[in-house]
Amino acid sequence: MTAADFLGSAGFDPVLLDQYGPSLLRGLRTTLALVAISVPLGFALALPLAFVRVEGGPLLRAAATGFTGFFRGTPLLAQLFLLYYGAAQFHGALQAAGVWWMFRDAFWCAILTFTLNTASYQAEILRGAAQAIPAGQIEAGRALGFGQFGIYRAIVGPQALILALRPLGNELILMIKASSLASVVTVVDLMGASKRAFSGSLDFEVYLWAALIYLALVEIVRRIWNALERRMTRHLRTA
Amino acid sequence: MSEALASLAYGPDGWGDELLSGLWLTVRLALTALPFGLGIGLGVALLKDSRSWTGRLFGEAYTTVFRGLPELLTIFIVYFGAPRLLSASVAWTERLTGREPSGFAAAVDGFTAGVVALALVFGAFSSEVFLGAIRGVPGSQREAAESLGLSRFATFRLVILPQVWRLALPGLTNNWLVMLKDTSLVSVIALAELMRQSDVAARATHEPFLFYLVACLLYLGLSGLSTAGALWLERRAGRSFASAARQG
Repeated sequence: MTAADFLGSAGFDPVLLDQYGPSLLRGLRTTLALVAISVPLGFALALPLAFVRVEGGPLLRAAATGFTGFFRGTPLLAQLFLLYYGAAQFHGALQAAGVWWMFRDAFWCAILTFTLNTASYQAEILRGAAQAIPAGQIEAGRALGFGQFGIYRAIVGPQALILALRPLGNELILMIKASSLASVVTVVDLMGASKRAFSGSLDFEVYLWAALIYLALVEIVRRIWNALERRMTRHLRTA
Repeated sequence: MSEALASLAYGPDGWGDELLSGLWLTVRLALTALPFGLGIGLGVALLKDSRSWTGRLFGEAYTTVFRGLPELLTIFIVYFGAPRLLSASVAWTERLTGREPSGFAAAVDGFTAGVVALALVFGAFSSEVFLGAIRGVPGSQREAAESLGLSRFATFRLVILPQVWRLALPGLTNNWLVMLKDTSLVSVIALAELMRQSDVAARATHEPFLFYLVACLLYLGLSGLSTAGALWLERRAGRSFASAARQG
């Protein structure tokens, strides 16, 4: 029994599944690519952002606060439109800077927007986690002769990451859901593929397939993350 | 640049009035969804806290589905699915009662679909907040109420509920800020809220950067106002606790 037969026996329309199933799976691949590229890039950007917010001088701190405040306070859809459609007005300058390819292509523009957006949320998570580490530990580190970088690498960093693990997992799930917005700027991700399938077939069932796939995706990530957290905190458990 | 700024003017030559009407619709959308979302959230939280396993199962399933689905997909499912569901249930009722099929075809407008979708999502996230708040009220208070002879319902209404509000407020504020931003997604079903109006203006004037930036700033303003309002509410809700906290 093939997967299509199985789903067919579960009440799904096998003809529809045959026609649109493959394009939905291709869409799922694009969704996974959007998330798998932008979330790690966002993390790499969040580390310096969080560091500046905790340790930076007044000017740098204000800049980082303004950056994260903007991306956390406005809708992702508005940010996406601002960068994708708004960039067209600065075509010449962006081309001269050699980055026009990124703004011209909807997929890469979505990656850029998602990265900046998730970096802001992740920076806020990391900042909160870093500031939750008791000041006494930092003083102790200084007394032991650690430099600023050493304190973060050896004392604050590892503990803050454990504190940040659960909220970072939530952020990953939020980004899986948010990646569906890429479909509004013509990217054919899972959401985009189901929209196409719906306008092709006018059968509402395709949205329910997409819903099941998203729910499965979120559930899988949630379980993986729980396992990861259990493993990374195993030294904290008593008995 | 001055020409671009002129396009923001209020009146027939500028887009200022269109943007403001979009902003007003955005606010109405969120404010209409809020009471429904709060009701769903509290109801689902009570189900998850209930003694019956079917209630708990339903509560957990509801939360899993509406927290896990992308909001955009929820909007589409409500917008395209709700009319089908309505028509089907009308046809089913007619068949059941043995009446002639009327061929009734329901239609759901963008505003209603947006409010329903936003309330469903807000309810799912808020049920977790309410559940935490209900469990945050010390168990000894329930025992005290029981020993005073209060029924379970009276205990909930007179003892638990007044305190739930204070405990849930910070979490609900967070969910409100998320919903405010999520209203922008309703623009995809052609409702002329702030995002949609900015989009129309951006296309008509060929000034996309300006108009999307203005939209962003208006959303920032709404968030800022909400945060200030929430702080005020939190101070009010916690005013009977302020003196105790200061002494402790």
